[in-house]
Amino acid sequence: MVISKEDIYKILETIPDPEIPVISILDLGIVRDINIENDQVEVIITPTYSGCPAMDMIEVNIKAGLQDAGYDQVKVTTVISPAWTTDWLSESGRQKLKEYGIAPPVKGAHDKNLLFSAERVVECPLCESKDTHMVSQFGSTPCKSLYKCNSCLEPFDYFKCH
Amino acid sequence: MNQTLLNYILQIADNSLILGSRISEWCGHGPVLEQDIALTNIALDLIGQARSLFQYAAEVEGQGRTEDDLAYLRIAREYRNVLLVEQPNGHFGTTIARQFLFDAYHYPFYKALMNSKDETLAAIAEKSLKEVTYHLRFSSEWMIRLGDGTDESHEKVQNALYDLWPYTSELFVPSETDNSALEMGIGVDLSEVKNFWNEKVDEILKIATLEKPQDGWMQSGGKQGKHSEHLGFILAEMQYLQRTYPGQEW
Ligand SMILES: [Zn+2]
Repeated sequence: MVISKEDIYKILETIPDPEIPVISILDLGIVRDINIENDQVEVIITPTYSGCPAMDMIEVNIKAGLQDAGYDQVKVTTVISPAWTTDWLSESGRQKLKEYGIAPPVKGAHDKNLLFSAERVVECPLCESKDTHMVSQFGSTPCKSLYKCNSCLEPFDYFKCH
Repeated sequence: MNQTLLNYILQIADNSLILGSRISEWCGHGPVLEQDIALTNIALDLIGQARSLFQYAAEVEGQGRTEDDLAYLRIAREYRNVLLVEQPNGHFGTTIARQFLFDAYHYPFYKALMNSKDETLAAIAEKSLKEVTYHLRFSSEWMIRLGDGTDESHEKVQNALYDLWPYTSELFVPSETDNSALEMGIGVDLSEVKNFWNEKVDEILKIATLEKPQDGWMQSGGKQGKHSEHLGFILAEMQYLQRTYPGQEW
């Protein structure tokens, strides 16, 4: 059997991020490459955050997903360079985040490198108001900040730039 | 095996491990939910960084020891973290002051380490810098809020600064390992890190209406494995499981 990269990508597309299950690991942009050698499939991933507790689970899920599809020899390799960035989130991933109620990262906002830069404008994913404020830069998972909308008064998560 | 590289990795890893462990003591005890979560997030980042470093150290050593062996099964004298990170949490203001003093070092340290000739160290630094940027912002904002806050918060955080100040100079005094690593092109020039630190501390303390303590008697020894009495208690808790049930895995 000849294994194609496309087939592997199609399966990875169905594997959800354990913490934000509405997006796949492909949407998240952590799959960097796939190497195929004879029957052996190697999936190369990069961690989102150093201490991300979901990484081990993602590895297990990739192996299980591919094995269910009949690929027995699967290896998952983690590389840390180049470092993952939220710029690698796919367009469909950003859309799915918003529909799920999580504001996607503001594009090209390299405020992450500037301490005390002006606050970015984060749009409320519920009512689309731009009148929002940050409650805490650390949220329920390492990748999120906590915001509140001044218009509809609802709190929401912001997938922070990284 | 490259002994300097190994020692250098462990020195960096131990700072993250011990500070991460200290901050994680706040989990479930933060003053409000958001700050509890923030501190726990920072602890998680630091322990994650330590993990990457210990994995690399185990690989460099090549003696069959694992990341867990290095984190859990060394004795106190083998840890190379600076004394600052093992100091007790105290109240929230103490924790914030310790965090700020360390973050203002950690940020330029990783920034410089990105230029290390050692590719793995440079990669870990690049990844960690993104996280530490958030830490420094968090601790800076809280220094300002507490310093320029009520009379009581001002006094408490000012006293915390006085108490922690003697532990700051050790950050910038190069150990033998620091010097060898710098010579080999894998390490960081601590005098440059110190310039950033001084500027950052001056900038934030001024906004926070806090007084910069005078340099007096300075504590040192952590980088040589001579620790304060606090490290033993941290290790006792951290290593209890591995010592009692050797070989346990997650
Ligand atoms: Zn809204």
